[in-house]
Amino acid sequence: MKRLLLILSLLAISAPALAVQPDEILDDPRLEERARDISADLRCLVCRNESIDESNAELARDLRILVRDRLVEGDSNEEVIDYIVARYGEYVLLKPTMTGGNWLLWGAGPLMLLLALGGGVVYLRGRSRATEPGQDRLSDAEQARLRQILDD
Amino acid sequence: MIIELGHFALILACLIACVQAIIPLIGAHKRWPGWMAVAEPAANAQFLLVAFSFAALTYAFVTSDFSVKLVVNNSHTAKPMLYKITGVWGNHEGSMLLWLLILTLFGVSAAWFGGNLPPTLRARVLAVQSSIGVAFYAFILLTSNPFERLAVPPMNGRDLNPLLQDPGLAFHPPFLYLGYVGLSMAFSFAVAALIEGRVDAAWARWVRPWTLAAWMFLTVGIGLGSWWAYYELGWGGFWFWDPVENASFMPWLFAAALLHSAVVVEKRESLKSWTILLAILAFGFSLIGTFIVRSGVITSVHAFANDPERGVFILLILAVFMGGALVLYAARAGAMEARGVFSPVSRESALVLNNILLAVSALVVFVGTIWPLVGEMILGRKLSVGAPFFNMAFTPFMVALGLALPIGSMLPWKRGAIRRVLRALRLPLMLAIALMALTFAVQTGRSALGPVGVFLGAWVVMGAMIDIWSKTGRTGNRMGRLTRLPRADWGKAVAHGGLGVTMFAIAGLMAWEKEDIRVAQVGESFEVAGYTLTLQDVRQVQGPNFRSTTGDVLLSRNGREISTLHPEKRIYPVQQMPTTEAAIDYGLLRDVYVVIGDPQNNGGWTVRTYYKPLANWIWGGSILMALGGLLSLSDRRYRVAAGARKAGTRAQGVPAE
Repeated sequence: MKRLLLILSLLAISAPALAVQPDEILDDPRLEERARDISADLRCLVCRNESIDESNAELARDLRILVRDRLVEGDSNEEVIDYIVARYGEYVLLKPTMTGGNWLLWGAGPLMLLLALGGGVVYLRGRSRATEPGQDRLSDAEQARLRQILDD
Repeated sequence: MIIELGHFALILACLIACVQAIIPLIGAHKRWPGWMAVAEPAANAQFLLVAFSFAALTYAFVTSDFSVKLVVNNSHTAKPMLYKITGVWGNHEGSMLLWLLILTLFGVSAAWFGGNLPPTLRARVLAVQSSIGVAFYAFILLTSNPFERLAVPPMNGRDLNPLLQDPGLAFHPPFLYLGYVGLSMAFSFAVAALIEGRVDAAWARWVRPWTLAAWMFLTVGIGLGSWWAYYELGWGGFWFWDPVENASFMPWLFAAALLHSAVVVEKRESLKSWTILLAILAFGFSLIGTFIVRSGVITSVHAFANDPERGVFILLILAVFMGGALVLYAARAGAMEARGVFSPVSRESALVLNNILLAVSALVVFVGTIWPLVGEMILGRKLSVGAPFFNMAFTPFMVALGLALPIGSMLPWKRGAIRRVLRALRLPLMLAIALMALTFAVQTGRSALGPVGVFLGAWVVMGAMIDIWSKTGRTGNRMGRLTRLPRADWGKAVAHGGLGVTMFAIAGLMAWEKEDIRVAQVGESFEVAGYTLTLQDVRQVQGPNFRSTTGDVLLSRNGREISTLHPEKRIYPVQQMPTTEAAIDYGLLRDVYVVIGDPQNNGGWTVRTYYKPLANWIWGGSILMALGGLLSLSDRRYRVAAGARKAGTRAQGVPAE
């Protein structure tokens, strides 16, 4: 598998072609726009962290054409994505689904925010109820020195 | 010979760092002035030795000494001189040496400018700083020696990755490292304070300039990186949520939080233990970033060639420093006595909210970045987390931050009333709403992004203006007073304004950009977003170390010529790598971005044109943020003896300096 990836990525380098090619674009602008939206969320499998919409790799081109073929066939966006995922695995999804353990990924932000806000509120209530310490109180040494001065 | 001397200097510096990490610490504990005084000459010596070592490596690159393995792998005689020099840090080993150089530079500046620190604190800060050094010396010497020689030197080198042969990227790493490593100072101060068991306003005042400088450098570094991605990668993206980008973004967010919480410690002596924790975390995330970039655990577009052994070493460094610091924190943080009392509606509370939003958003980025790893190791699923996730999960935090910022920054310390602040801000609020409505009415698409961006931008920028104007009093010569306000006030307004500009620009660019992809024959004209482009010619050009296919594209509007653009497609034969050089017509309100692609069967060429509104504003905003940091840093109170006016800081109710 690793060797395959290497070969594929070398191929991608030796045959540079920039992302979406003019001959891929669909005649129907509405379908094309949907195709672009879908491709922005699908990962180019042989690239590092690039969507197939941005990628120069041959495989990405194949996927882009596949997406467009499905759209022309009349699939909905979800059907197209399901079709790709069924063939390439959920690794192609740049936006993970919320299934299984992934709820933690999606929930992490809101959960941490709630926790932090809760902590913040507790802290702020504590601060607004506290009495100002220190500032006008003297340390033991200063107390002793004061007493000494007063005694003199 | 010079190479070996460079290597030797590095080893010597490592030994000195070991001494500096131990002797002053014992000295500070036992109150032995002689032992504490070791720190200063040691820091000087370390800096000089590492500087020499770095100069030796640079010499090898400049003279193309191909008996050095690193030079062979990353240089070529035909490479322009600028990139021979920047090639020194365009690779793993050399960049680690640069990292060390900056680390020792920060250490030695603490020795030079720390004259008014209490001697025990200074000795401890320098010792902790040096212990970080020891770890990285060991890392470099044991796993990534830049001075390795080859028994049989080749005739020529393999050249630097052509993507890195670019001014934007040449200076991106030094700034980034200045930022990453600058946070080590905040860390050293935090750990030193934990050992001392004392955090007060004076401590915060000493720590803030270092954090401010680190944050400023990070801002510039990230800005340069994203600008580079914009013009070099060939489709005008400026941020990809790539693990390596996230690695620099997380420390930036934490540094921003730390800057703000240190204000509270400085002015009000509250949030002490939280600030210490933030300082530890900020540097911790710099280390995590280093780990992500260099271990290759999480693959990304532009990570260095990486290997697991190095990853394990950095993980070890991370574990020792974070573990040690957090244990120390757990033991000592309870002793930090909070002083300030304030109501839930006050500047203090606003800054707590700022910290919550920044810290949680940084953690969201963190979770997203490592999730593929979690997925593979715990859930047993091979997952990707990319830009669509981050855009959805991260953006709300920035929107909340932008909404709260103008109000929070104008609330008085201790106790305030939101209604009063809103009254002061009614003009910006109404204008921002009006602009939002106007944008909504004018724009054709359905996207809410544009109007929201316009609102946030206008609200934050005008809020910053009202904020600084409100400090000029009510009557008399307000303009005169405006010019005499402390630079820190100006810094705050400019940095906040810069954030507003960047928010506006990002939203505007994403909402209103246009794209055109087509096959154009030579001589053919076409229209994109009201501009006419004519492909006049396509030529083959020979560069110093590359071959190029250059197009001549005439850009005009309503029959008036604007400029001729020269998009290129280059092949670097030594590295066998093609790159695209987009041609950009920069403008105040928009960029026109042209890329030339492959020849087609019918004799035409693929041409891609992008209309990018407000692109320059993104970096303009970043420059403003960095400038705000610089203004704050040059404030009088940091230039006069820090701490000398310590008593004065307690004054309350005065407009914040």
